[in-house]
Amino acid sequence: MKALVWHGKEDIRYDTVSDPAIEHPRDAIIKVTSCAICGSDLHLFHNLVPAMLPGDIMGHETMGEVVEVGSDAKGSLKKGDRVVIPFTIQCGECDQCRRGNFSVCERTNRKKELGDKAFGHATAGLFGYTHLTGGYPGGQAEYLRVPFADTTHIKVPGGIDDEKLLFLSDILPTGWQAAVQADIQPGDTVAVWGCGPVGQMTIRSAILLGAEQVVAIDHLPERLSMAAAAGAITINFAEESVVDRLNELTGGKGPHKCIDAVGTESHVNFGQPDTVLDRAKQMLMMENDRPHVLREMIFVCRPGGVISIIGVYLGLVDKIPMGQAMNKGLTFRMAQAHVPRWTGDLLRRIEEGQIDPSFVITHKVDLSQGPEMYATFRDKADGCIKVMLQP
Amino acid sequence: MTLTNITGIARSEGDPRVERKGPSSMRGADRLARALGWFSIGLGLTELVAPGRLARALGLEGKEGLIRAYGARELASAMPTLSIDKPIGLAARIGGDALDLATLATALGRDNPKRRNAAIATALVVGITLLDVAAYTGVKAAHRRSPGDDRDYSDRSGFPRGAQASRGLAREDFNIPPDYRAEGTVADALPVLAL
Repeated sequence: MKALVWHGKEDIRYDTVSDPAIEHPRDAIIKVTSCAICGSDLHLFHNLVPAMLPGDIMGHETMGEVVEVGSDAKGSLKKGDRVVIPFTIQCGECDQCRRGNFSVCERTNRKKELGDKAFGHATAGLFGYTHLTGGYPGGQAEYLRVPFADTTHIKVPGGIDDEKLLFLSDILPTGWQAAVQADIQPGDTVAVWGCGPVGQMTIRSAILLGAEQVVAIDHLPERLSMAAAAGAITINFAEESVVDRLNELTGGKGPHKCIDAVGTESHVNFGQPDTVLDRAKQMLMMENDRPHVLREMIFVCRPGGVISIIGVYLGLVDKIPMGQAMNKGLTFRMAQAHVPRWTGDLLRRIEEGQIDPSFVITHKVDLSQGPEMYATFRDKADGCIKVMLQP
Repeated sequence: MTLTNITGIARSEGDPRVERKGPSSMRGADRLARALGWFSIGLGLTELVAPGRLARALGLEGKEGLIRAYGARELASAMPTLSIDKPIGLAARIGGDALDLATLATALGRDNPKRRNAAIATALVVGITLLDVAAYTGVKAAHRRSPGDDRDYSDRSGFPRGAQASRGLAREDFNIPPDYRAEGTVADALPVLAL
């Protein structure tokens, strides 16, 4: 089959690879109909997580049709079923899964020992996202083996385009969880840093959850225009002070809720010297992440407010002002999205026409164009916000 | 040294294996930049470890400290050249090339018995400078945003019922789960205390 394969830093190739096969009775094989490049794939593209092997298949936003089912998954799946595959692999039986904390499933990381060493306790297996999370082949391919398939799928009805359903795999529930874990209440001012695909979904989720003001922060005009389309107030951090503007919008008190939809690769801006220092330290392997957004959120958040982190962080961060956070009494919530916890509800909202996630797709191309699309997406060229790929 | 080397992790047996490699996301300028980055490391280490031999070969005796400093400079410019911030590294390399050429120019005089070696080194540095400039312009051109990239997506609300009508829609049938409530952190204001 054909697949997008990681070969090293900035080196993704459209390779021919061997076909996947059922390895366990709970497995299923799907024929991929659509997949996408996620912003977090760029962290692997940039080789910021030193736990990829050349030959690893990329991708964790995938949907398709079931073509083969293992004997133990036949109760819940059959050939021909149309499914979206969550980026998290869950057993559905462990203590964490039963609590709805699917992204920290205790059983699905097949490289648990490595995960334990890296994180203290291993987290769930993920598709196409390093050997720290199981080293499972990803879904930017013609076929995907889905482990624990009886509990790792979202059945979706026919008659709705892939474009509207694909993002149930990751960015829609991820944006939704970012808003939910901020505990948004009517009357809240919610500031969202980063207007990439997850930020866009977060903005829409915050609006659906009734935030009075949603403030979107980025520097790319096309992303800000998409945020404004949903009713967000926009701040271009290259043109004005984020802190001053947020204080102005909140009568000097700061936002009630601050959401980080940027994560490890904060934009490097010479007007913000800490971003330059972070980049230099990252290059020298003295720091894993560039946490400018975290610093800014802690500084500007209203005392007693909530910091919600959904942008992916990878390791060690420096100069986090814990004194400000502690003295202001901030609440921190963060996680990889517990995808299946939200997808039933979100599928209904798509079916009822409350939200149409396809708005975010700016590029829809053949899988064979994947390698150049990685570069286009990374360079934010050609107005690219979200790439959908079809084998 | 990557984590994969340290831990010895390997792909699981049943996982798909590459049978034939296809086109890459890397462009020619990216590959050239990478080669120049590794060249920088090689030259930088040589200048740091053996400045005396280089000085004698070029007739630059007495400038061993300067050569060692240039070695450190080469290593410093290799870092960004091998990173995703290639233009910064390549620009630093071009600046370094100018310093190298200026230094070599002092060794081209008739009084230097090693001026032939210095002339060969100068020609090599000129060649490398051209490669650096080609890589820099190539990388900048390949990865730049052009003015037309500022698209207007103001018609993409994602709300089929309209942005205003969608505000608070989910509150009608969705309650924040108890484990995500932050009650008490931004509590409702109580009446002003009567003193």
